[in-house]
Amino acid sequence: MIKGIALGVAGLAAALTTALPVTAQEAVKIGLILPMTGPFASTGRQVSAGAKAYMAAKGDTVAGKKIELVIRDDGGVADQTRRIAQELVVNDGAKVLAGFGLTPLAMAVAPVATQAKIPTVVMAAGTAAITKASPFITRTSGTLPQYSMPVGTWASQNGIKKVVTLVSDYGPGIDAEKWFSKEFKAKGGEVVEAVRVPLQNPDFAPFLQRVRDAKPDAVFVFLPSGVGALFMKQFSDRGLPEAGIKLIATGDVTDDDILNSMGKPAIGTITGHFYATAHESPENKAYVEVFKKVNNDMRPNFMSVGGYDGMALIYNALEKTKGDATGPAFMEAVKGLSWTSPRGPVSIDPDTRDIIQNIYIREVKDVGGELQNVEIQTFANLKDPEKAEAK
Amino acid sequence: MLTILFDGIAYGMLLFILACGLTVTLGLMNFINLAHGAFAMAGGYITVVLMNRYGISFYWCLPASFLVTAILGLVLERTLYQWLYKADHLDQVLFSIGIVFMSVAGADYFMGGQQQLINLPPELSGRMDVLGVGIGRYRLFTVVVCSLLAIALQLILSKTRFGSRLRAAVDDRRVAMGLGINVPLVFALTFAFGSGLAGLGGAMGAEILGLDPNFPLKFMIYFLIVVSVGGTSTVSGPFLAAMLLGIADVAGKYYVPAIGPFVIYALMIVMLILRPNGLFSRGIGR
Repeated sequence: MIKGIALGVAGLAAALTTALPVTAQEAVKIGLILPMTGPFASTGRQVSAGAKAYMAAKGDTVAGKKIELVIRDDGGVADQTRRIAQELVVNDGAKVLAGFGLTPLAMAVAPVATQAKIPTVVMAAGTAAITKASPFITRTSGTLPQYSMPVGTWASQNGIKKVVTLVSDYGPGIDAEKWFSKEFKAKGGEVVEAVRVPLQNPDFAPFLQRVRDAKPDAVFVFLPSGVGALFMKQFSDRGLPEAGIKLIATGDVTDDDILNSMGKPAIGTITGHFYATAHESPENKAYVEVFKKVNNDMRPNFMSVGGYDGMALIYNALEKTKGDATGPAFMEAVKGLSWTSPRGPVSIDPDTRDIIQNIYIREVKDVGGELQNVEIQTFANLKDPEKAEAK
Repeated sequence: MLTILFDGIAYGMLLFILACGLTVTLGLMNFINLAHGAFAMAGGYITVVLMNRYGISFYWCLPASFLVTAILGLVLERTLYQWLYKADHLDQVLFSIGIVFMSVAGADYFMGGQQQLINLPPELSGRMDVLGVGIGRYRLFTVVVCSLLAIALQLILSKTRFGSRLRAAVDDRRVAMGLGINVPLVFALTFAFGSGLAGLGGAMGAEILGLDPNFPLKFMIYFLIVVSVGGTSTVSGPFLAAMLLGIADVAGKYYVPAIGPFVIYALMIVMLILRPNGLFSRGIGR
């Protein structure tokens, strides 16, 4: 009996202490959900490093509110992402959700965002359709159609007539294949073959041999970054460069995080993407400096910029709403927001809540002993073509 | 398409080296060791660390990764595995899958989640044309090393005293002990040797298969297919099975890319229906 009462009192006390701080503090909690372990851990590492770099550079208060970053690991598993999102919103009182390393993870959170009216900032996942899943989703990375299409334009302008496409067989890969081919064909090119590689693929030998035997001018590739590096080595080992086949790809393949360890075979690869560590601008110089300082000399890649700009978007929107982080007000502020990112000028499309940005065509070169993606052409202010077309 | 055939053989050889250690533990010692891939991964990481951090030649890394993983295997066998020899298979599976997850998390913690890359010595990279057939130098190297290993393995098992002791210990543990064979020692050495082979396979495979913390999970299925198709009572069974799977996988992906990934599974099902105990089973279900 006494034990029962004691338990009851303890429970009440616990309830009081957990209930109080949420209302008492003038803080905006941001729940950053990322794959920090598992096969996509490098995504989580880079995005969170970018977000931390932003807070290190700009401080942790905006519009009189203290910003608190809570990083949670979903291991790259969609049902985990969803559970963590619910916990963050219901138990921890998170006002904004952010992160999301892969398309399925972002998709899993969309219903939570809609029901709880929680602003959700996608910092990495790249399938075009994500922002359509909920009116509370916005994005600071980019979409695959957005950066595969310009590669098609570039190829057709640079004497490439016949192409084989080779992509990973899942959402983003199919997006990349579709939009590259569409643009390339519209400009008079010919896609002789479209090869899809299983996501869990141990050896590229048969696919590469197929590409070689089709004798195209170039092969267009989308693969997630880690696998991309492996592909690159086998590409040169099989003598495709000597056979006169050029490698053109999305920037995922020459990910700045591991580009340097790819060595010689990578040199000369042409890729299209929204950010390169070597991008020349004062903003980027400052960014790389602060990033390396905060994250003990790590090299920032495009994912980190997604994280950095995600925080920039949250700060800017809160500034505009004077600290109001409720869903409808926040999302209204997000629409049409524009700022200068390390990657160049960016803005949020008021119609689709997706990012409008420059896409750069880059070539891998040896710059002072380090391999870098050096920009050679710019396609300014591109919208996501998939949603632009749908309208 | 001799190039495709050659690529298939090289890939099959690699699968064989990776999986034959598992044949030994599973078939000869009757222990289900799902953590086999973890030893392969360890071998891979040892090579990466030795090459990239200490600049040691790739040729020295191979024996080093064999030795270190063999010692690692020996230590684990003495401290953990030996207590489970008599446990039922479910316990063994749970135990070894636990080790897999710990190794995945450990590799992620110490080495990071990214794909590890090694730079081969120049004489091993690139390809050459032999009578019009394009042959990758590194794949040729893999084929040569793996064939030598396969032959050596077969000879050790069938011709040496250690081999006959091992076979005796497996066939009837009690009688073997009664004859004065030190069965625990034989098993420990065999386990260490099998782990070492996995480590060597991981080191050689880093270039072709890639290496990241999920290696043991990614390749577990391939190991198990090789062992189940090949049967577990000989070395030549898994060897042929690995060859068959390697060639079928590569050829399937080349000729019918749309259904390429399914070819080996289809093949496995057919093989298991025709020869449920493996290609060269002795005809007795263990």
